[in-house]
Amino acid sequence: MAKQIDIDLVRHVGKLSRIELTDEQVRTFSRQLGEIIGYFDKLRELDTDNVEPMAHAVELTNVFAEDAPGESLTPEAALSNAPDRRDDMFQVPRIIGTGS
Amino acid sequence: MMRTSDDILPVVGLEIHVELATATKLFCRCRNTFGDPPNTHVCPVCIGLPGALPVMNRRAVELSMKVGLALDCKVADYTKWDRKNYYYPDLPKNYQISQYDLPLAADGRLEIPLSDGSTHVVRVLRAHLEEDAGKNIHAAAAHTGVDLNRSCVPLLEIVSEPDMHSVEQVLGYARAMHRLVRWLGASEANMQMGQMRFEPNVNLRIKRGDVEFRTPIAEIKNLNSFRALERTVAFEIDRQYAAWLEDPEGFSIDKLGKQNRGYDDDREQTVFQREKEEAHDYRYFPDPDLAPVVMDKSWRDSVAAEIGELPLARWKRYTEDYSLSPEEADALTQDPETGDILDEAVDTGADARRGVNLLLGRGAALANERGCAIAAVGVTGGQLGELVKMQDAGEVNATAAARIFDILTETDQSPREVAEREGLLAVSDSNQIEQWVEQVIEASPQAVEDATGGGKKQKGAFGFLTGQVMQLSKGAAQPQEVQQILRQKLGL
Amino acid sequence: MTDITELSAVELRDAITAGDISAVAAAEAYLEAIDRIDPRLHAYNEVHRDRAMERASDIDRRLSAGERPGPLAGVPVALKDNLCTAYGRTTCSSAILADYRSPFTATAVRKLEDAGAIVLGKTNLDEFAMGSTTETSATGPTLNPWDTGRVPGGSSGGSAAAVSAGICAAALGSDTGGSIRQPAAFCGVVGFRPTYGRVSRYGVVTYGSSLDQVGPLARDVSDCALLTAAISGHDPADSTSVPADVPDYPATVDTPLENLKIGVVREFLSDSLDADIRQAIDSAAETYASLGAEVREVSLPYSAIDRDDEGNISSHAVACYYIVAMAEASSNLARFDGVHFGHRTAERVRDIVELYSRTRAEGFGDEVKRRVMLGTYTLSAGYYDAYYNKAMKVRRLIHRDFERAFETVDVLLGPVAPTVAYRLGEKADNPLQMYLGDIYTISVNLAGLPGLSIPGGVSKAGLPLGIQLIGPVFSEQTLLRAGHMFEQASGIRRLRPDLAGT
Ligand SMILES: [Mg+2]
Ligand SMILES: [Zn+2]
Repeated sequence: MAKQIDIDLVRHVGKLSRIELTDEQVRTFSRQLGEIIGYFDKLRELDTDNVEPMAHAVELTNVFAEDAPGESLTPEAALSNAPDRRDDMFQVPRIIGTGS
Repeated sequence: MMRTSDDILPVVGLEIHVELATATKLFCRCRNTFGDPPNTHVCPVCIGLPGALPVMNRRAVELSMKVGLALDCKVADYTKWDRKNYYYPDLPKNYQISQYDLPLAADGRLEIPLSDGSTHVVRVLRAHLEEDAGKNIHAAAAHTGVDLNRSCVPLLEIVSEPDMHSVEQVLGYARAMHRLVRWLGASEANMQMGQMRFEPNVNLRIKRGDVEFRTPIAEIKNLNSFRALERTVAFEIDRQYAAWLEDPEGFSIDKLGKQNRGYDDDREQTVFQREKEEAHDYRYFPDPDLAPVVMDKSWRDSVAAEIGELPLARWKRYTEDYSLSPEEADALTQDPETGDILDEAVDTGADARRGVNLLLGRGAALANERGCAIAAVGVTGGQLGELVKMQDAGEVNATAAARIFDILTETDQSPREVAEREGLLAVSDSNQIEQWVEQVIEASPQAVEDATGGGKKQKGAFGFLTGQVMQLSKGAAQPQEVQQILRQKLGL
Repeated sequence: MTDITELSAVELRDAITAGDISAVAAAEAYLEAIDRIDPRLHAYNEVHRDRAMERASDIDRRLSAGERPGPLAGVPVALKDNLCTAYGRTTCSSAILADYRSPFTATAVRKLEDAGAIVLGKTNLDEFAMGSTTETSATGPTLNPWDTGRVPGGSSGGSAAAVSAGICAAALGSDTGGSIRQPAAFCGVVGFRPTYGRVSRYGVVTYGSSLDQVGPLARDVSDCALLTAAISGHDPADSTSVPADVPDYPATVDTPLENLKIGVVREFLSDSLDADIRQAIDSAAETYASLGAEVREVSLPYSAIDRDDEGNISSHAVACYYIVAMAEASSNLARFDGVHFGHRTAERVRDIVELYSRTRAEGFGDEVKRRVMLGTYTLSAGYYDAYYNKAMKVRRLIHRDFERAFETVDVLLGPVAPTVAYRLGEKADNPLQMYLGDIYTISVNLAGLPGLSIPGGVSKAGLPLGIQLIGPVFSEQTLLRAGHMFEQASGIRRLRPDLAGT
């Protein structure tokens, strides 16, 4: 069960997760994550071919709110925890391009 | 650009994002508005604060169903919400709640009218509902500001099949979609406000002899106007052909696949956009904070019942039943209300042709002056019907009808009441007309001389005299009758 | 006069409502106990002294005006620090939220306060509730009042230790994989995880959305019934909250159940279970039998524990649970990025990606990083079907096991944890071993069931032993009544550690 996952894969997952990793962390995580993922692989033993995935234990449908305005926060409250702000906006270093 | 004997077929698919016209956002009850100061319509949910949870807006789902049904889509019996994970400052949770493998609507079609009077069908692959992101505002050189008023606003993403093969078809489809969502009340689709945005996918199929080549697909992000869409697609067609001419083997879909490009408004061209290596690993999974949606038949039927005649059906009916030109039918199907006025008038037994002339004559002129829709100038279907029938019966002539139409925009009175009040009823009393004719003959000796002289000026002078009489009658006399009496008196 | 902090929540409520004790006196007594005891335990992250005193005098004022301030009038309670409050900080014991002040209060907390409870402060937890020892807290570990060389369990370790040490009358915790029940067992108190959807999750900082549930930790089952009733009920702000009526738990808790059928889970009595705990389960079964209950063995095959040739234990349920929890967590914790709230790196960054990555590297501890990365991995392109989707299917199999078991019995009886409280640091370097400690609690979360953890005695070494009762969905009333029956018959209730030695 004890296996390592590839160092590059750890780095890639670190990037996807937006977590900067030191070289030492990459090595430690490579061992620890490898072990845990090896453990996850245990599920492969089970035949689940005709089983529907279960997203919720208590399965509700059609939970709606009506389209009627409620209360919003004031800009002051909305921005009260912002690490950096200017002109009632959250501020970050200049970005370019699109996210999606 | 030089086009050789190559046979070029542009292949274009279009993703259209439409912001829905709900009162509140998709997953919180902040107002869905545009143009207010930054971060004035935000709450824990749309800022993505810790512990906040989304609750779905029923109206947004219904408006989406409505568009789906109008596009002839299969509306899903069962749909759910998925998270699309990516990091960006205008996306406060760093995931977008969207629909991945089970869109709300799929497999539809939109038939679009073309300028030659024919139509073209574009298949709709899917339409799904998702939340919009906020706005990144690049005001200062070193910083970007984030306004979350738009965060979580309901957005319907409508994806077409690559069924468009010319700039005209792309524009026709975009305009027809714009008209449709407004027609349904699903969106105001105001371009300046970013309520409708386009992302075309463009490539070329090029035949040279017996060999077919396919250029790489370019996806152009976030276009905010018909003009940008038109120019982008035209530019891409030329750019790709030129690139292919340079390197027919290398510039191919098999080798280069798909690339993202942005549209540079100032230079009016598209530019390549580099992507992050992990950009397409969105790690979609069902959102565990939301319940799935079951759209059963009775719900679908009740939404379908809200949909009346659609613009294209009406356009066809007008060209066929009323024998209107494609342009006239088009002008009358900009919105449902204008045609409703016409149809209501026709229902009262009025002649369609005369009704159309009034609506597209005085109606369009007034709408243009006032910067509003024809339907908004203020003449009802009942008023129009009565006015047309009065004209048909010879009770008012065309000039008087036009004046009455103008007055009707300001009043609830009937056309007859207006005509009486303003003295615009046709006068077929020949004694009265004879009196006017005599008055004019006496007052215009020179014109009488010209009109009876048989020279070059005869025709113009006769017209002048007729006009004078009409003026005295304030348009109430029938021109034919005036001319007949005038001829009599002048001995012509 | 009796020591106020010795009273149960029900007794204290009665005394305050009767005018025998003032709410102010109760709040003062607890604040004094916190000052005296908490420095040795670090159960609290933050104490809301002034606000607690103000609220207490408000309760007294209302009582003297003839009002009835509610079923928890004047009862001082503690809140796990992942429950949002519009007062004080909400930190999740994470550096990334060290100074975070929520603009709103969690529905469960609001309901508790509406019932008259006085909030004393926020208790320590494993960072973002990720852990089973409270050692992953960025504010340092909470110590177990029974033995300060040991952990209180987790992730609601601060709440469990505070109830156990008598520095709050009762507390709220959250349970994603056993985070209420296991620390309750380690600290010798009662912990109750209600059915998924029974209590609103609005304002609970999310870890695993489909697994999280808020519940009480208390000194006895009656107190648990009192708090459960106060916080339960449909909340339109939580789409997963169930619109079902809430029975009057306190009114029925002391009514014994007739013809009770108890199932002992065969798979849970493996040799990986401590002998003392095994003994406690056996004697609990005997106690129920002596009360006329029918005790039989039942099977939950998909929750079985396997042991390989080398003696390594494993469980499909544990693998399933951690895949689901980490996948959800990887997405739920994406919002902690230093843009709209919380810590942002003070270093100069090249671009927004570096701002995110460094902020999160500084703000998250190792366990959070591990779980976020594992969750990201299992959801990423090419792995989704093998892990996340597979786990969702196994989840249904586990759920079916329970449904089948509940066709023949009313309540399942089993252990809460395989051992007594771990020593500090014992599991710190072996995450997998720590995950395996959740083996008896996680199936309940996967199936969305209610689970009650009650003290089943004390080990030879003097540490509390927990036993667990599990019921079908919305069987809270049955579980509470069954738990109360055991308490009364066994006399094992209101265990108190000897704090003199700590
Ligand atoms: Mg989209
Ligand atoms: Zn909002």
